[in-house]
Amino acid sequence: MVTLNSFLVLGALVFCIGLFGALSKRNAVAILMSIEIMLNAVNISLVAYASSFQSYAGAGHGERLTGQIFAIFIITVAAAEAAVALAMIIAIYRRRSTIDVGQINLMRW
Amino acid sequence: MSIDVATVAFYVIAITLVGSSLAVVLLRNIVHAALFLAVVFGAAAGVYVLLNAEFIAIVQILIYAGAVTILVLFAIMLTQNAMSQSSSPFSGQTWLAAIIAVALAAGLIFTVGASQMALGSANASANMVHAINGGGSVARIGQLLYSPFNYSYVLPFEIASVVLLAAIIGAIVIGRED
Repeated sequence: MVTLNSFLVLGALVFCIGLFGALSKRNAVAILMSIEIMLNAVNISLVAYASSFQSYAGAGHGERLTGQIFAIFIITVAAAEAAVALAMIIAIYRRRSTIDVGQINLMRW
Repeated sequence: MSIDVATVAFYVIAITLVGSSLAVVLLRNIVHAALFLAVVFGAAAGVYVLLNAEFIAIVQILIYAGAVTILVLFAIMLTQNAMSQSSSPFSGQTWLAAIIAVALAAGLIFTVGASQMALGSANASANMVHAINGGGSVARIGQLLYSPFNYSYVLPFEIASVVLLAAIIGAIVIGRED
């Protein structure tokens, strides 16, 4: 039997895989891909809660779908973030001929 | 304990999702990682279908598996030879990152197991039956997003469109040739 817990554990596992990638990769595009995985994991958790509350008698129609609405806005912001971040990566590559985040250290303390 | 379709589908999709996420993070070849990223997005769409969220599943396939994967592949193509092939794709802080990720995963899974909120929940198979009988939630989502009469998310929706416009203009300004 698949309960809400299963989906939340799945979301937590995928989120932590994405976190590991975002913290450990050197290629800026790979870091962006890891961040997209993390956003997807959060969406899975939100939609799982929305689906769980659909059968919850006390909630009105609006409350039942709030998680899905949040997921839609997260997808919107993630698309905007991907476009801007990839433009930045290409601009950095054009100026410095590298996208290794270890070598982009102008603001390093 | 009987085995139903929803349980089998959940475990197939979950194993696909976790396995391809690990492939994205661990593969040395960035193009292969980007292709596995498309598999991650498709498996997430499958999770949304299981959760009775058809609209989110379609949006996921259109935006993520369609647009974002293509954007990432274009960025990889335009930044070829930026990373030397011989060196490791991981930075020096890999072990610290692994410790942080495993500790966070353990904490989150412990919290989910101990939470009052997560315990009293309906199961996914009941939701699938509900989806087949009730015709889904797309109309309700549309009313929530657009309806000007009762409480809805019209204002956040309009702000999101402004965010998208700003992102488009910003991407063009940042990415153009000087």
